[in-house]
Amino acid sequence: MVHVSATPVLALRGVSKRFGAVQALTDVELEVHAGEVVALVGDNGAGKSTLVKTIAGVHPIDEGVIEWDGKAVQVNKPHDAQNLGIATVYQDLALCDNIDVVGNLFLGREIRRRGVLDEVEMERRSRELLDQLSIRIPSVRIPIASLSGGQRQVVAIARSMLGEPKLVILDEPTAALGVEQTAQVLDLVERLRERGHAVILISHNMADVKAVADKVAVLRLGKNNGVFEVKSTSQEEIISAITGATDNAVTRRAARSNGEIKK
Amino acid sequence: MSIDKTSTPPEDVPVENPEAARGSDVAVDPRLLVREQGLAGYVTEFKRKMKAGDLGSIPVVIGLAIIWIIFQSLNSNFLTAGNLSDISVAMVGTGMIAVGIVFVLLLGEIDLSVGSLSGVAGATFAVLNITHGMNEILALVLSILTGTVAGALQGFFFAKIGVPAFAVTLAGLLFWNGLMLKILGDNGTINLNDNGLVAKLTSYYFSDVAAAYGLAIGVTVLFFLSSYFGNRRREAAGVPSRPLSETILRTVLLAIVSFAAALVFNQYKGLPLAVVIFVAVLFITDFVLRRTSYGRKVFALGGSVEASRRAGINVDMVRISVFAISGTFAAIGGLFIASKIASANQGAGGGDLLMNAIAAAVIGGTSLFGGRGRTWNALLGVLVIVSIQYGLALQGIASPVQYMITGGVLLATVVIDAVTRKTQKSAGRA
Repeated sequence: MVHVSATPVLALRGVSKRFGAVQALTDVELEVHAGEVVALVGDNGAGKSTLVKTIAGVHPIDEGVIEWDGKAVQVNKPHDAQNLGIATVYQDLALCDNIDVVGNLFLGREIRRRGVLDEVEMERRSRELLDQLSIRIPSVRIPIASLSGGQRQVVAIARSMLGEPKLVILDEPTAALGVEQTAQVLDLVERLRERGHAVILISHNMADVKAVADKVAVLRLGKNNGVFEVKSTSQEEIISAITGATDNAVTRRAARSNGEIKK
Repeated sequence: MSIDKTSTPPEDVPVENPEAARGSDVAVDPRLLVREQGLAGYVTEFKRKMKAGDLGSIPVVIGLAIIWIIFQSLNSNFLTAGNLSDISVAMVGTGMIAVGIVFVLLLGEIDLSVGSLSGVAGATFAVLNITHGMNEILALVLSILTGTVAGALQGFFFAKIGVPAFAVTLAGLLFWNGLMLKILGDNGTINLNDNGLVAKLTSYYFSDVAAAYGLAIGVTVLFFLSSYFGNRRREAAGVPSRPLSETILRTVLLAIVSFAAALVFNQYKGLPLAVVIFVAVLFITDFVLRRTSYGRKVFALGGSVEASRRAGINVDMVRISVFAISGTFAAIGGLFIASKIASANQGAGGGDLLMNAIAAAVIGGTSLFGGRGRTWNALLGVLVIVSIQYGLALQGIASPVQYMITGGVLLATVVIDAVTRKTQKSAGRA
């Protein structure tokens, strides 16, 4: 299923969003295909979170069109986005510490058998799902509180997979994680791509972006500032697109050190 | 994928939580927490839980044993069938209220109005049935419904308006107490019909020996069958199941407790109706909390309100319903208390009733911090409190000392709860 289809799963055409006097997004364009990981990068306040929230239906757009499988759709409520097949994993995890992994995976959509929770079936499916995603946790029957940060993050992502979404949005999934846990999450992102899901990955970490993303969409001051193929783009180019200048402290330093090597 | 994971440079966020780091070690070996087969596996699992501070009901069971031993050594009448039987009947009123408190505590909230509400229910029944001569069953249902409605009303102010539950139910405590006095009117005390339905709640005993033993057998067999077939299903589905030896061990323990209770009851007047109703209520509420999606929602709200909301749970509805449940059980408890004294009077629902009900839930092991507890906790907790009351009464010690001792026990339990949480945190299980 690792192929990039012609019609993007999700396409934003000229999307604008205004909050009072603040123009948060101006004419933003974005395309995500199935089996593709698009990293969404930008400095603080560039509009990444706002853009994600418009896709997830938290903030309806003011202008522009959201296309889903090539057709224009209205996304006005989180529910609309969920019905389309968009799953969002927010930075602050939506898990209950006191409930075990199985309970959290099925929270709000428990499987019932004659009106009673079917724990056996839920546990079986949880194991199946975690196995498919090669997620390793000590036990599916321990409370979330006993898991490490990375394990919690992969459980939260696995949870979003239960509805078989076409598009998964990950908001800074590696933000507070250690080395090992970051690797676990990045592995999982690759597995999502292999399974043919479209993924939007928000990250501040260029190393993560370079490691798993296919394309990088840069936002600056609420506007597009270039879409790059990861393989053929250097980290410096992305950073200069983020900071919005070819001449800045970072590029100057890079140029200087390159020059020194040549000498 | 040609991307080399090892080239990922470390984030500049240090590993701030050594427990989390240890957790990742666990991830290296996912078998670590998988239970070994047989009894040996059960013992290791038990030890691991102990270390992690997951004490469950053990402290309260030990505490109850100590209390019983102390009172028995002070007065040999304490552990007689008559006294134990009386304790069992006397605890049901407070116990019922404590069941409702467990629901509220699971949300991490508190309901201070349950004492006053229990008084309102008793007064409502007395006025409807005795003063107005209404049909007993109708009066009973209506008086329980007053609790439901009052609880739901408080839940509405808490969930929809956003007033802290503490403040709403504190207002309720005053308001419902005033309402009860108003309902009772000037004469103050209304005696219930001694042979009436409500009086029978605590005065009726199944004197046939077979009743108590039959119930004990029924409970044991039911427990064994449900565990056995539950495990069979788990095996068939290929998920880890309990070893048969563990099921048998648990069944034997349950059988010992239930047959001992039956033996005690049969040596006195027989199986008390109040105890049967209380145990049935505990079974049903425990089932609702742990086996239905409604119960799952209650626990979820106790864990994280935001996560529950994002999971599509109707937070307001669950909150209102939990307060309605709390009010309902307060009313039921109030009827048992009225039944015990065969009257509705102005003092009902006052005094230490509210504190005893909350203390019972907490002493039994329900966490004050929400998301942890079972309704069976109410049984253990109320047994402790009523045992202290009866034990001290046998010694002829007046209520000031009784309050002080109950307060001390409550403090000890809350300390255990807090320490447990700390231990659990350091073991990564808070």
